[in-house]
Amino acid sequence: MNAVATQASPATPTSSATDSLLEIRGLYKHFPLAEGFLEQLRFEKGRLVRRNDSVHAINGVDLAVRRGEALCVVGESGCGKSTVARLVMGLLSPSAGEIRYDGHRIDDLRGKRLLPYRQRMQMIFQNPYASLNPRMTIQQTLEEPLRFHHPEWTTPQIHDKVAEVMASVGIDPEWGKRFGHEFSGGQRQRIAIARALAVDPEFIVADEPISALDVSIQAQVLNLLMDAQAERHLTYLFITHDLAVVEHFGTRVAVMYLGTVCELADTRSLFARPRHPYTQALLSAIPRLEDNRPEHVRLSGEVPTPVHLPSGCVFHGRCPHVTERCRQEVPQLIATDDGNRVACHGVEEGRL
Amino acid sequence: MALLEVSNLDVRFALRQGEVRALRDVSFTLDRGERLGIVGESGAGKSVAAFTLLNLIAKPGYIAGGSIRFEGSDLARMSSRELRRVRGNRISMIFQDPMMTLNPVLSIGEQMVESLKAHRRISTQEARAIALHKLKQVYIPSPETRLDQYPHELSGGMRQRIIIAIALLLDPDIIVADEPTTALDVTIQAEIMTLLRELCEKHNVGLVLITHDLGVVSQMTQRTLVMYAGRVIEQGPTREIINDAQHPYTQGLLNALPQMTTPGSRLNQIPGSMPSLSNTPSGCAFHPRCQYRYDATGQPRRDCLDQVPEFVTSGNCQVACHMVRDMLAKEAS
Ligand SMILES: Nc1ncnc2c1ncn2[C@@H]1O[C@H](COP(=O)(O)OP(=O)(O)OP(=O)(O)O)[C@@H](O)[C@H]1O
Ligand SMILES: Nc1ncnc2c1ncn2[C@@H]1O[C@H](COP(=O)(O)OP(=O)(O)OP(=O)(O)O)[C@@H](O)[C@H]1O
Ligand code: SF4
Ligand code: SF4
Ligand SMILES: [Mg+2]
Ligand SMILES: [Mg+2]
Repeated sequence: MNAVATQASPATPTSSATDSLLEIRGLYKHFPLAEGFLEQLRFEKGRLVRRNDSVHAINGVDLAVRRGEALCVVGESGCGKSTVARLVMGLLSPSAGEIRYDGHRIDDLRGKRLLPYRQRMQMIFQNPYASLNPRMTIQQTLEEPLRFHHPEWTTPQIHDKVAEVMASVGIDPEWGKRFGHEFSGGQRQRIAIARALAVDPEFIVADEPISALDVSIQAQVLNLLMDAQAERHLTYLFITHDLAVVEHFGTRVAVMYLGTVCELADTRSLFARPRHPYTQALLSAIPRLEDNRPEHVRLSGEVPTPVHLPSGCVFHGRCPHVTERCRQEVPQLIATDDGNRVACHGVEEGRL
Repeated sequence: MALLEVSNLDVRFALRQGEVRALRDVSFTLDRGERLGIVGESGAGKSVAAFTLLNLIAKPGYIAGGSIRFEGSDLARMSSRELRRVRGNRISMIFQDPMMTLNPVLSIGEQMVESLKAHRRISTQEARAIALHKLKQVYIPSPETRLDQYPHELSGGMRQRIIIAIALLLDPDIIVADEPTTALDVTIQAEIMTLLRELCEKHNVGLVLITHDLGVVSQMTQRTLVMYAGRVIEQGPTREIINDAQHPYTQGLLNALPQMTTPGSRLNQIPGSMPSLSNTPSGCAFHPRCQYRYDATGQPRRDCLDQVPEFVTSGNCQVACHMVRDMLAKEAS
């Protein structure tokens, strides 16, 4: 039997003695619904009450990213993928839970104390059009993070570093004089990657870095990310909704639904044998090139909004295997016999 | 004669900076009940092609040449009154953005009844009954109550289903769908696509499906047309194109997909990116990115640089490539 299967409950992941670079424990993030005071007032049972709804974007996520791996996070729009990324990068603070980087808590750090981590962790965003400052030349764009993190460097040192990183991602040095808007989406994403790599990070959070790009350009950028991983021993938290990319790029996969992780598995076994009913539906929904594919799993209903979370299993409204227990009790992520983790009563009960 | 016959379409946008040639020499046909996919990367001219099919190109765009024959009559030369009888009625369109179809201030029922009555002499009651029937066909739960709801009260998937119901409302011969599911989630996307295919099959409706997803084309269509920089560069039966693409660009697109290489290895990328339509390369527009543009001695082929390739027939496919033409000629001799 696999060692992971005999591990203690997932609510208490083993301490930082593991090979985890990043650990997320019991993470919650609620956003208050952006409504004015008047809109919060409701007339209920004959009197005015103040209803203060919030968006339950992340609802108890435990996740560890191992050193050197590419952990992919997949799930449908609004399931909380970007929120996880922003929480990890310190761009948002959690409502509850903690985030540890290399064994140290980072979720409560501010200002100067966060700075070293800002260098070790870099983020690449989805939209290559918005992520570059249009008033800066490419040279300035690439110099900026270096000047910020290495104020003691001389200008020649900075120029050398910029030249080096441009070469490593295949940017023509001549681009340096030009501005962001003069480049295509793929070229801009290449520049954004160069900018992230300039400060020699060890961990990269990439939020849908290729989704806005064309197929032929996606391949270019994905190759670049894989080359960088091999050459620089990078660790990735890679967010995407494209399962073909996950299958190709991911070491492990976390499948999210409505702010929770419903399955966590190594890539090969997830694709060979998805266990959670939602993962099964998701995999069967990929339009494949072959024509002799099985019918996709038809789900009923729509993705609920994270304002009023369903009781019990968040997937129960659409699940073909729902039972009364599913409607009431929240399933926990439990280890399966192949060392992966699934949050589903049906799997736990052995009926799936 | 095919139901729809598009010949040598030439569409341009007259912009201040100069003329953009969005479609050049685009020709294809669609038979009754046939499903055709148009694929290509962003900016290839797919949406312009879709809009042109219904003669919906507006200023600064115009149809500079070619014809769109539907049952023999040319949509490119019809009066706007004649066009109104075809649009939405015989040929309907599903746009990428649902709100291009749905009027936010009318209930679903009102919009459906209105378009039925615009094309048919029927009572409101009869129209409502037809609308209800169409909503049932697209598996809308509790269709009676939906008729009285407004677009903003519905989820994205529900809205797109209603749009399909509206597209089917007047029993059209052809539906033109421009990326009908890109705004939706993966699982909902699959449902909508399956639904669209089943309905087209069942009612023998022709479909022109525009997408950049080769997987979708593979699942949905019988024939495929590949566009690059405003031109069709390959067309033929979908299975032949997916299994045995002839044009270097189509091959490149398929090979670039992650599923084409073993997990973890480098992907087969096409160098460079698609040119902008205001500045397309000479000769074969793909030549700056094409690995076959050299001859046996390693010299660049003059024809790739200078001449727009004509279509040649390979198997059941039409391919616009000098290299393919030469290989076929060599084979034949
Ligand atoms: N700043 C915010 N204020 C209020 N709600 C927010 C905010 N950011 C995110 N949300 C909500 O939190 C939920 C999760 O959003 P998130 O952006 O993390 O989803 P996602 O999985 O990245 O989706 P997508 O695939 O569309 O990018 C959504 O319902 C979203 O509307
Ligand atoms: N209204 C317009 N004014 C000027 N040029 C236009 C207009 N509409 C389209 N074009 C030109 O036509 C080209 C093709 O556009 P089109 O929208 O057909 O591309 P597409 O293949 O549908 O791309 P996408 O996959 O991004 O939707 C554009 O690059 C643009 O140059
Ligand atoms: S817990 Fe129940 S409802 Fe949730 S996925 Fe498992 S079987 Fe379906
Ligand atoms: S015509 Fe020439 S450049 Fe164009 S695709 Fe064929 S070989 Fe390549
Ligand atoms: Mg996101
Ligand atoms: Mg388009």
